Formats: sequence, C-alpha cells, structure tokens
Amino acid sequence: MAEVVTLNNPSAKAGTVTKLAAGPKGKKPRPMLSPRNIMIYGALIFAAAYYLLPLYVMVVTSLKGMPEVRLGNIFSPPLEITFEPWVKAWSSACTGLNCDGLSRGFWNSVRITIPSTIVSIAIASINGYALANWRFKGADLFFTILIVGAFIPYQVMIYPIVIVLREMGLYGSLTGLIIVHSIFGMPILTLLFRNYFSSLPEELFKAARVDGAGFWTIYFKIMLPMSLPIFVVAMILQITGIWNDFLLGVVFTRPEYYPMTVQLNNIVNSVQGVKEYNVNMAATILTGAVPLIVYFVSGRLFVRGIAAGAVKG
Amino acid sequence: MTGQANAGRPNQLLRNLQSKIASIPMILTAVVIFLGGTLWTVFYSFTNSKLLPRLSFVGLDQYERLWAAPRWLVSIQNLAIYGVFSLIFSLVIGFLLAALMDQKIRFENTFRTIFLYPFALSFIVTGLVWQWILNPEFGIQSVVRSLGWSTFSFDPLYTPSIVIYGILIAALWQGTGLVMCLMLAGLRGIDEDIWKASRVDGIPMWKTYVFIVIPMMRAVFITTLVIIASGIVRVYDLVVAQTSGGPGIASEVPAKYVYDYMFQAQNLGQGFAASTMMLLTVAIIVVPWAYLEFGGRKRG
Repeated sequence: MAEVVTLNNPSAKAGTVTKLAAGPKGKKPRPMLSPRNIMIYGALIFAAAYYLLPLYVMVVTSLKGMPEVRLGNIFSPPLEITFEPWVKAWSSACTGLNCDGLSRGFWNSVRITIPSTIVSIAIASINGYALANWRFKGADLFFTILIVGAFIPYQVMIYPIVIVLREMGLYGSLTGLIIVHSIFGMPILTLLFRNYFSSLPEELFKAARVDGAGFWTIYFKIMLPMSLPIFVVAMILQITGIWNDFLLGVVFTRPEYYPMTVQLNNIVNSVQGVKEYNVNMAATILTGAVPLIVYFVSGRLFVRGIAAGAVKG
Repeated sequence: MTGQANAGRPNQLLRNLQSKIASIPMILTAVVIFLGGTLWTVFYSFTNSKLLPRLSFVGLDQYERLWAAPRWLVSIQNLAIYGVFSLIFSLVIGFLLAALMDQKIRFENTFRTIFLYPFALSFIVTGLVWQWILNPEFGIQSVVRSLGWSTFSFDPLYTPSIVIYGILIAALWQGTGLVMCLMLAGLRGIDEDIWKASRVDGIPMWKTYVFIVIPMMRAVFITTLVIIASGIVRVYDLVVAQTSGGPGIASEVPAKYVYDYMFQAQNLGQGFAASTMMLLTVAIIVVPWAYLEFGGRKRG
C-alpha cells in the first residue's frame, strides 16, 4: 500500500523539490513543443490509441447493421446507426435452444455477484480483524496456508470442492457458487483487511477493551465505522473479479444459472446459425459494461484495490 | 501433574474463544480446501479414476500417459511460448509506459485510465474483441488488403503455427496496464536525489534508468514477475473465448486440458495428473521467490 500512497502525491513532492533546487538561476521554462515533449506525448498518444482501439471497434461494430458489417471495414464508423443489435443481444440472442438473450445471464450475474461480494467481504473482514487484533495460537499458520493457497491454480482445488458441495447438496446451485467465490476471494481480502486493521492505532483497541467491549462490540462499533474506505476497495475488487469470472461459473452452476460471461461466450462461439458480429459485439460491450462502469466511477480506488491485491504487504 | 495439565487445557482453548469461533471459516478454508483439497488432488492423481474418483492405484501411469499425449505436449509448448513472451513484453512495455508516465506529464490520470481499463474487463470480453479484430475476413487483414496490399496476410487465429501469438496480443492488451501501474508505483518510490545526482554527473537518462533505477527496483520487478507468472499458468478463459483451443489443438493450454479431462472427457485421473503438473509449475515459480522474500528474515 505504501507504494500507492507515493503514487498519489508525487506531483506535490516533485513541486517542492524543484522549487528548492531552483536557486538563483531558476529553471528554464520548457516550451511545450520541445522535441522531447513531442516524443513523450507522441509515444503516449500512440499507446493510448492502441489501448482504445478495441473499445472503439466494439462500439462501432455494434452500431452497424449486418450488411454494413459485411461490406465495410471494422474501423469505419457506422453510416447508419442502429440499436437493433443491442436490443437483440439483450433480449433475443440464442444460446443453444434458449433464445432469451443476455438478460438472463445479466440477472444471474447480479444474483451471484451481490451476495458473493457481501459474504466474502464479511468473512474476510472478520478474519482480518481476528488476525490483527485477536491473534490466537496457530492463527498465523492458517493465514500462511491461506496466502500460499492464493497461488495454487484453481484447477487443483476444483474437484475436491465439487465433492464437498455435492455432499452438502449445494453443487450446481447459486449458494454453492457464492461459497466458492467466498473461498477463493478469501486470501487477498483477508490480507487486505489484516493489513488495514493492523495499521489502525492500537490504543483505540486497548481503550475499548478496558471499557469492557468484547470481540463483536469492538468490530461493529469501532472497526467497521473506521474502515469504510477499505470496504469500498474490497467491494471494487470483488465486484469486478466475480463479475468477470468464467471458470467457476462454468464448473459450479447449472446452465440455467450461468453467469453473463459464460452466456456471452456461448452466444458468440456457438457454431449454429449465421454469425451476427454486430450482435456479438453489442453483447460483449453489455457484459463488459458493469466492470467498466465500476472502474470509471471508482478511479483511483480501483488502482488502490488492484495494487493492494497484487502487491503483498 | 496430570491434574495441572487438565486444569490448564480448557483454559487455553477457551482463551480468545470469540476470535477462534469467528475464524472458523478461515480455518476450514485453509485446512480443508487449500491444504486438504490440494493433497487430495495430488493423491488421486496416482489412481485410475474415470467418471468418479476411486482408490485403485496405478503408480505413475497417469503421468506417463500425460507426457505421451500430443495434446498435453502442445499445451506445454504453448504455455512456454506464451509465458516467455508475455513475461518479456509485459515487463518491457509496462516499464516503458511507466517511464513515459513518470516524466511529469500532463493528463497523467487520463493516460492511466486508458492504459488500465482493459484490466477491468474479463478475459472472455478481451478474447472476443480480439477474435473480432483478428478475424481474417473482416479484421485487420481485410482492412490492410482493401488499402491495396492484396497479398498481406495476418491471420493468427486460423494459422496453427502462430495462433498462440494471436492470444498473446490480446493478453498483453489486457494485462500491461497493471504492470505499468506497479512499475509506476516503483518509479515513484525512487528517491528524487538519485535523479539529481545523475543529472549533476551528466549521465544520460537511459543510462540512469538501466544502470541505477532498474537495479533499485529489483523488489518491484520480482513481485511483478511472480504476479504475471502465476497468471500465465492459469490462462484459460482467454483461450476458450478467443479460439476454443483451435484450430485443431494448436492453441490448447494446460488449464484447459485439466478442465476438459475432469468435466468433459470424464477421465478424472488424467485431469488430476495434469493439475498436479500445474501445481508443480507454480511451485517452481513461487517457492524460490517466497524463500528469497520471506526466508532470510522473519517478516514483522
């Protein structure tokens, strides 16, 4: 997390530094069109264009009619804008025999993502809290196993989980998938919360203890209200992660509960029928829309979330 | 003496009881799923389980069969090519972008938003978009041809020998933003005085980067390397979306092999053996890193 903090306020720091170093000579004002700047901005704009290109192609293709897609090239803007592909992708695109569009997958994903996010964050925040403030003998061992487990490929653990869920009668149900998401989200979220709670002043915890507050009282009355930012970061991490999941959705649910990503793949890669590229692209945008909106709205918190998830400690 | 021990024990167990109860989900996950599940899979990879897991041991048979299967060999080869190139390119591109972003530029937030947004998208979405862009009839190939270069040929997704590079292009588009972010965080951690000192000494900028800054960012590089590498071993969704392993078996990867054998071919033993090999690959990457990172000194 330390890196991310520095990532947020470098300009302020750099500003004071140049001011101090300026001295009597002063800094030569740099013209905006120096060769150096042209190179830097040229390279950045070129890279940005490359990164934006697929998004542009998706949008443009989804707004064309099929005849235009067949004739034109994929980069040309639509001559005649039509929203038909979007409507079709949402409400009548076919996967196998089902022709009720992506909407079903969307609502399945909503029904998967919301409870999974809540459950996984609830469990992980309590884990982190127990590890930070109520460490018991052996707790660190379990935590180490958990963190090492984050590196184990899902494929290694999938089948045993299938068996456990089958024994519990939850295999194929939404509840089962929610449990699976909570399990696989646990290492990173627990780490996130443990580090955050450890960074809170210990006096606070001690004072509450002296006043006779117990485990749950301190959690709900003190820790929770103080930690809203980290809960938001965890939410961003989980919503995008769970929404984008494919493998767990395929393995742990029945076709009627398939999340949006799975249904999207089935629509686009189905072998029957004529390929409707415009509908496919509309469906792709629709599936990517939720994490994209989360990303654009959350901005810097998203960066903080992935950095926390990626950089340990 | 025994009386004392008995008197002490319940006390020990009951201490911090709330915390222990609250940690039950974590303990179960760690012990039953992560540790138990992994051992279970490794254990059953020595059996000839087919539709259901059963305990009839066949020694290393599954592994012999695995390493004789052409599809597995193709998968491993693809993973190696994809892995090496995706490591090199994402580190190089990620670092270059970060270095550009670190030149006190304007619109830094805008550029970062643009470079990072693909990372918010799923591999399925990424795979499908690039499947469309690389489509030979309508995509880049046809556009370049329509500009007049009629013999131009760029059709990775339907050419077995280069299909893995088609997947690589999509993967780099999706993942380099993250590398850029991590590298940028590392660059911002470098002391400003280093830059001043090298400027005073008249060292060219690229030399400062190569000989001073990059060695100083060793930790960031290693962490990034581990993150990219453990992602590489898992690559699955992207291949499923972009090529479904085709043409033929040309773009198969180990994770897909495991899934197909476990849930489609109903040959669990093969699936377990292949997933154990995946585990081994990850261990080869992670264990030395963990040893270097946490082995020497105890983390506080």
